[in-house]
Amino acid sequence: MNRIRNLIRSFTLSELLNGMRLTGRRFASRKFTVQYPEEKTPQSPRFRGLHALREYPNGEERCIGCKLCEAVCPALAITIDTEEREDGSRRTTRYDIDLFKCVYCGFCEEACPVDAVVETRIFEYAFFERGEQVMTKEMLLEVGRKHEAQIAEDRKPGSLDH
Amino acid sequence: MDREQIAEELVPLFIDDREVHACRGAMLIEVADQHGIRIPRFCYHKKLSVAANCRMCMVEVEKAPKALPACATPVTEGMKVYTRSPVALDAQKSTMEFLLINHPLDCPVCDQGGECELQDTAMGFGQGISRYTERKRVVADKDLGPLVSTDMTRCIHCTRCVRFGSEIAGIQELGATGRGEFMEIGTFVERSLSSELSGNVIDVCPVGALNAKPSRMQARSWEMLQFPGIAPHDAVGSNIYLHLLRGQVMRVVPRENDAVNETWISDRDRFSYEGLHAQDRVLQPLVRGDKGWQESDWMGSLQLVARQIRHCPPDQAGVLAAPHSTLEELYLLQKLFRSIGVHNIDHRVRQTDFADQEGMPLFPCLGQSLESIEHNDAVFLVGSDIRFEQPMVAHRMRKAAARGGQVVSLNPREFDFHFASQHTWGLAPQYWPYALAEVAKCLGGENASGGLMPALNRLVAKVSVSAYAQHIADLLQNAERAGIFMGAMADAHPQASALRALTHFIAGQADAGFGMLPQAGNSAGAWLSGVLPHRLPAGVPTTQPGLDAAEMLAHPMKLFVLFNLEPEFDFASAPAALQAMRDAEFVVVFSPYVTEEMKGYADVVLPLATFAETEGTYVNAEGRWQTVGRAVPAPGQARPAWRVLRVLADCLNLQGMAYRSVQQVLEEIRLQVSQRAKPQDSRYVPGTVSEPDTLQGVYRVSGIPAYATDHVVRRADSLQNTPLAPPPHVAMCEQQASEFGVLGHRKVRVVQEDQETELDLHLDPGVPMHCVWIQKSARHVDELGRDVAQVDVRRCAHD
Repeated sequence: MNRIRNLIRSFTLSELLNGMRLTGRRFASRKFTVQYPEEKTPQSPRFRGLHALREYPNGEERCIGCKLCEAVCPALAITIDTEEREDGSRRTTRYDIDLFKCVYCGFCEEACPVDAVVETRIFEYAFFERGEQVMTKEMLLEVGRKHEAQIAEDRKPGSLDH
Repeated sequence: MDREQIAEELVPLFIDDREVHACRGAMLIEVADQHGIRIPRFCYHKKLSVAANCRMCMVEVEKAPKALPACATPVTEGMKVYTRSPVALDAQKSTMEFLLINHPLDCPVCDQGGECELQDTAMGFGQGISRYTERKRVVADKDLGPLVSTDMTRCIHCTRCVRFGSEIAGIQELGATGRGEFMEIGTFVERSLSSELSGNVIDVCPVGALNAKPSRMQARSWEMLQFPGIAPHDAVGSNIYLHLLRGQVMRVVPRENDAVNETWISDRDRFSYEGLHAQDRVLQPLVRGDKGWQESDWMGSLQLVARQIRHCPPDQAGVLAAPHSTLEELYLLQKLFRSIGVHNIDHRVRQTDFADQEGMPLFPCLGQSLESIEHNDAVFLVGSDIRFEQPMVAHRMRKAAARGGQVVSLNPREFDFHFASQHTWGLAPQYWPYALAEVAKCLGGENASGGLMPALNRLVAKVSVSAYAQHIADLLQNAERAGIFMGAMADAHPQASALRALTHFIAGQADAGFGMLPQAGNSAGAWLSGVLPHRLPAGVPTTQPGLDAAEMLAHPMKLFVLFNLEPEFDFASAPAALQAMRDAEFVVVFSPYVTEEMKGYADVVLPLATFAETEGTYVNAEGRWQTVGRAVPAPGQARPAWRVLRVLADCLNLQGMAYRSVQQVLEEIRLQVSQRAKPQDSRYVPGTVSEPDTLQGVYRVSGIPAYATDHVVRRADSLQNTPLAPPPHVAMCEQQASEFGVLGHRKVRVVQEDQETELDLHLDPGVPMHCVWIQKSARHVDELGRDVAQVDVRRCAHD
């Protein structure tokens, strides 16, 4: 009985037609493919990409060297050295993030009491030399300076509501 | 019933419905601590008096109308205490809220963060949110010197630091001014702390108001690793913890040991670690070649050393070791050199008189335990600035004085002691044998049976007793327990053996304990391990005695081995030591540091690991063996000395040195000591002493500066910047200065034998006549020579 049924199916091309039906339906519907890099998908304000160190509007660095991010980092990607600056405040002399170790969990951002270390929307970066993956304090501050407007915008109260 | 009977009586009580037994009169918080019941507290500290001013330890006591502070409530029979009842919790929560009103929210930048009692207690007993919206109080920071940093806004006025100053350190330097909101802790006049124990206020401070300045803002508490260690800078062997961040010592804190250092350590032990990171550490073996100094490798330099040792006639080689090296290192050093026939081995580089060395005990020791010092009714110090020589011994003596004991001393000047009852017999050092003879006379000197040797007997017969001597004799005789201790200046005295013989006699007559204060962290170990010309390990007399440290320097030696020593600072006489080194054909220096001076006389410098970088054993002044492991790796090519010596033994093809671990060495020493050392070895037998000369002229005296005891301490910059490390100067009384004709001069010329130097003149009424005090320092070589010697003081040529 089964053999007869299969025979009829293969002669009437019903499976092919079924497949073509799906193709036909998708052919007319809205496309999902994005033409990266000309075109980009929208990002959430919560997107966790490349790290940055922020500064206050007066140019003073926010980071106070409390090392909470270093302590909370599950991948041990952050290395910090601190000392007392001449004005008596606690500052970092080294703030390194190893991007190969980082798992982009965002805990550092969460732990920071002064919103100094943040994860930006930047996700397009690559390294061509060994060692380049370690972001130094100056590099992180530079990212922060460049994208401060977007970073501040994303962290405004209410920006995560929609 | 007297106090002791009350204390012995145990009464039952209930804490949180648990039946416990405690001594009647004990405070509730002590009892709870003993039974592992945690009551929050800030002002209570087990080693300090009860202040009951923080009100954090409130507990509910049945039938009491209100919550009571546990630190100030004595236990009574059948009392029912609740530490977590609603009444207690409510009281604790309210106190916490009050304390946090003015405490800043700067935990992320506070060095105490993570190990803060306030932080912990706020988590456990506080509220999540603050109801306080007004402005917080701000207090200006105080400058307390180079060791302690302040953030006075964080202070919660527990007054632990104030009580520490008045009760433990003995100097009331910190105090509280103002009341209520306006209360501030500080020095009344802005100045540095001058206590040798000042660093302990960092530990007693429950918040981040007082912190360590050298490590300020460099590490957080949670990221450091903790390793136990022993501080080798004095003969107490204080137990410490080394806190490491990424393989570097960041700070040192006390490790509690009631028998040794209780909960305190001296500043020297706390901040000496800075010396580990000194700029002049040697990282590679250095060899003097044709073109000056060159870096070398270990094998090459050790083979060079081995060749030189082989070529040198054994009686022309001298080995000098520092008594702050570990027991194992010292043992291997003497074993290595003895097995190739070198017998000129010594560690007593500061000593000048060796006449009674045969009669010395197995090792110089306190004669009693550290703990029992505090039970003495009378303490007699001979030639000791005990506060800076052995801060923790001084602390025990201070406790003895606080219990009603008397401390008397025979010293070359009035030292700044902090004993409740003290008396200094200030006398120029040349008169010390006479002074002790006077005391001996009061105690029945001449006629005592089995007493003094003839020379000293004649001296005793000659002297007439002064009121001072009578006072000391009476005190020692009337005391139930008395202890006599000989310090560094007595040890360095040119007639040290006469002083020892007299002191030993006095102790015997007065039935007092006789103690010698060994100076370095392992002086006792150096004696035990046989780093001596006349004794093998475990005090066995040798059949082939060598030369002692002074003879080695006086005789022209072809080869010198310096082990952890710096001739410019560690020897009795710097010029003599330097000259001997320069005259030698070949000088091997085992040292963690290389100085310019060293490059002048040395031929090979072998980099060693320092105290935190090597495992080993230290024997302290009471004979306690303390073994610790290695905390940090040595920098560069520096290696622990025991390994270096073992490889050197291989280069020399020596048998019986194939140790695989430092434990094997220790076991060998233990075995020798347990088999060979006899109980009677711990007795001192005075040797033959010649009668002290009738002394004329003016003598100089110097002690070892507090922060110049060994090469690590000398490189601790923060310690060198404290007021306890003054620049070199000469101090004398006004009358002495006018006799020299230098009164009113700022600088004077001091002439000693054929050396002379210019020094600042300080007038000090505490220095007696015929005596000048020369302050040495860790940064200036004493160009004059021996610590106790005749000098002349003249005007400067250009004055």
